[in-house]
Amino acid sequence: MRYLPLNNNDRKAMLDVVGVASVDDLFVDVPKSAIIDGLIDVPTHKTEAEVDAYLTAMAAKSRAAGAGPFFIGGGAYRHHIPATVDHLIQRSEFLTAYTPYQPEISQGTLQVLFEFQTQVAQLTGMEVANASMYDGSTACAEAALMACRVVRKRSKVKIASGLHPHYTATTENQCRLQGITLDIADCAPGKDAEILDGLDKDVAAIIVQSPNVFGEILDLEPYAEAAHAVGALLIAVFTEPVAFGAIKSPGEMGADIVVGEGQSIGVGLNFGGPYVGLFACKQKLVRQMPGRVCGETVDANGERGYVLTLSTREQHIRREKATSNICTNSGLCTVAFSIHMTLLGEAGLRKLAMINHEKACILTDKLTAIDGVELVTDTFFNEFTLRLPKNASDVVGDMVEQGVLGGLHASRLMDDQDDLLIVCATETNTDADMDAFVLALEGALS
Amino acid sequence: MSMNTQGRQTSPDAVTGFGHKTISGNRGLAQAEKLIFEIGTPRRSGVDFPALKGVKSRLGGLERTAEIGLPGLTEPETMRHYVRLSQKNYAIDMGVYPLGSCTMKHNPRLNEKVARLPGFADVHPLQPRGTVQGALELMGELSDWICTLTGMPAVALSPKAGAHGELCGMMAIRAAHDAKGDDHKRRVLVPESAHGTNPATAVQCGFTIDSIPANNRGRVDMDALKAKLGDDVAGIMLTNPNTCGLFESDIIEIADLIHGVGGYFYCDGANFTALVGRVRPGDLGIDAMHLNLHKTFSTPHGGGGPGSGPTVLSDALAPFAPVPYVVKEQDKWKLVEEIDGTDSFGRMTAFHGQMGMFVRALSYMLSHGADGLKQATEDAVLNANYVQASLSEDMSPAFGGICMHEALFNDDFLKGTGVETLDFAKAMIDEGYHPMTMYFPLVVKGAMLIEPTESESKAELDRFIDVMRGLAKRAKSGDADYFKAAPIYAPLRRLDETRAARKPVLRWRKEPPA
Repeated sequence: MRYLPLNNNDRKAMLDVVGVASVDDLFVDVPKSAIIDGLIDVPTHKTEAEVDAYLTAMAAKSRAAGAGPFFIGGGAYRHHIPATVDHLIQRSEFLTAYTPYQPEISQGTLQVLFEFQTQVAQLTGMEVANASMYDGSTACAEAALMACRVVRKRSKVKIASGLHPHYTATTENQCRLQGITLDIADCAPGKDAEILDGLDKDVAAIIVQSPNVFGEILDLEPYAEAAHAVGALLIAVFTEPVAFGAIKSPGEMGADIVVGEGQSIGVGLNFGGPYVGLFACKQKLVRQMPGRVCGETVDANGERGYVLTLSTREQHIRREKATSNICTNSGLCTVAFSIHMTLLGEAGLRKLAMINHEKACILTDKLTAIDGVELVTDTFFNEFTLRLPKNASDVVGDMVEQGVLGGLHASRLMDDQDDLLIVCATETNTDADMDAFVLALEGALS
Repeated sequence: MSMNTQGRQTSPDAVTGFGHKTISGNRGLAQAEKLIFEIGTPRRSGVDFPALKGVKSRLGGLERTAEIGLPGLTEPETMRHYVRLSQKNYAIDMGVYPLGSCTMKHNPRLNEKVARLPGFADVHPLQPRGTVQGALELMGELSDWICTLTGMPAVALSPKAGAHGELCGMMAIRAAHDAKGDDHKRRVLVPESAHGTNPATAVQCGFTIDSIPANNRGRVDMDALKAKLGDDVAGIMLTNPNTCGLFESDIIEIADLIHGVGGYFYCDGANFTALVGRVRPGDLGIDAMHLNLHKTFSTPHGGGGPGSGPTVLSDALAPFAPVPYVVKEQDKWKLVEEIDGTDSFGRMTAFHGQMGMFVRALSYMLSHGADGLKQATEDAVLNANYVQASLSEDMSPAFGGICMHEALFNDDFLKGTGVETLDFAKAMIDEGYHPMTMYFPLVVKGAMLIEPTESESKAELDRFIDVMRGLAKRAKSGDADYFKAAPIYAPLRRLDETRAARKPVLRWRKEPPA
């Protein structure tokens, strides 16, 4: 077996040193009834070429996003990732290292984390960020839990109508077992502000997404003011970080905790994972922040270096009193995010964002020129929602037959919005893609 | 000197200088590298874009006008920055990485290649299901392999990491009790030797923790366990093989006892690498267990993630599994995303789990097959026992006897030397090794937990053993200063963790705050 260096001579010599006759003697503590005789019931080993061919054939049964016109967003976005990113994250030293628990020989990962934390803080307009969470949805859930630790004696969290329904479900699931009550608005476009009705002093936090799941951009300032007026926190959520190259950051508008999905930068679609959850907050809240965090220090010679820190919040020290059970972060995805963000820089990010916005504007005009198609979202970044004169799920299915992945029918995510189609355009969409989309939609509606 | 709660020194003592200062700050191949914020500028970029067409903005007057503060670098500068940084990391590909309970085995590059196939990597989680049949088939086939290897009827793939898998299993247990109206079952038994995530997870699910001590053989103290049983017990969380590297030989009786009081058995599968192909957890009476694909099934650790924690469930818990999951109906793969009409406890994450890790893990399983998986397990256990036997005279095994995939030592052999576990670990760095897991499990004083994995050759282990013996002899010879000064051949000397925690500097700033 190509991955196993020991040969039978080695094994014999090693068993002699251990002082046992056979390898079976190493499993003496296992109840006899539980030992498998012979081989377990799966196929035997395959060569590299065989596995490669087998999985390549399996992968070919999916229609890759890049294989034709593609306009789906809804919490995961298709962007061009520079080749440099994938090359660098495959370097052995990043790929095959563990969590940087021995800082003297982990400064590579640690410095990248420190840079990542700063990049995330700058992007979101916040003071500090952690070294990442699993993804945007779990970061959102952790933010709700954190808010209830920060705002003591309150255990109610309100969720606005524009939060991605999968984020709502994830958050609801994590909160309910800890006695936190969620007040969840039905998911619908144009109704986010209703969260401010009846905001009272039982509320620990309100969760508002912008751009929201329909693509609408919200001015978060009134939300922050209203939350703060009752002593609650504003948790601002995003799923498309590229937007912050074009629109004001949640931090500039008064958010206390900002969480979201970082997948757009450096990570790729990956059918839903691995992704990278971004988590940022105000400095004064840092000791209630979940997850790993990297900090600056010096070594014994006084040279600057980095370590994992504030571990007294974490499960390996605090055990049942920890702020979260989280152990890993999204390590290599943070490296990918950070490299891509460094390649972009501020100028590149702004340009990428404006190209995305332009593509979306152009596509909106083309699609709303079709009879019966209405734009639901007056403001948007690179994702917008259309109302169709027909069931959107049927339309999406019809367009698939024409080779176009033409957006996301809202009913995939929520109830009672069967005529809504959520459409995303990014820098990867060409004029020809857009024309194909228009033709396909016309065809599906005719 | 300051200590953390485990008695581990967290600030270095003053040490004598080593070597001379270079003009550049570089040390030959070890290049000093500043932060991107110190070398990049907001105007520089390593990405080219087409010209904007200039359409009217629909951003609702919320344009970002203030400076963002993100530095950029051109492509060659970026390449150098990250290559230089990478060279400050230790890695499996460089040498022995014997972190106990972390299973740092070889990461095959075929797995990296197939994970990047467009049909797996460039598919959107919300694409129409008919367009993602290959991706769903992969999830289905991985599920089949996992169920066969564990002897369990169902698996939830969506948990994003080991601790997330624990959460999945404990939420399923909570849901099962809730479904029966058993709201008095809130106490979870957790051995003292458990990983910290276990108690943290149970508390997140609304349970309270009751610790069970270990006996002098490093296993659950059965008398203590029996004394703690009662009608309010919701279940037990037990790692097997446990964190001492030992198989819980009473595990079937433990399962029976827990089931006898109406509780469920959660097994932490962090150490499943010791059992694959030889023992099926389903035959041990387990109700839920997460797998760490990044340990047992070789997906890269990536400097701390992404992990992946598929969680197998017994017949009793399977109905409560989280959405989404895949099912096959008439030769078509279907993704179940709605909880309506099911007993599912809901959704744990936005999408379907760590697809990229699923592909790598299945590639590993296919490559090994039944014969290779069994051999890998046996080699991992043999390697650990070889290390334990070879070091038993110079170091002090915590329990002795046969171990599973990892060998646990205490610090008795350092008694009176002035050298502590931490110092010993740092001296290993100078020898070119990553240290073993230290000060864990907490039940063993000055613990050193060595997991060589099946990826090490005998020759590599012999060199490692020689070094460990040599270091033990050196410590006993009274050369404590040597250890206190270590490491001196790493990119940095010992770091001041106390300072980092007392005055947290968690980000770069243009000017230090006044």
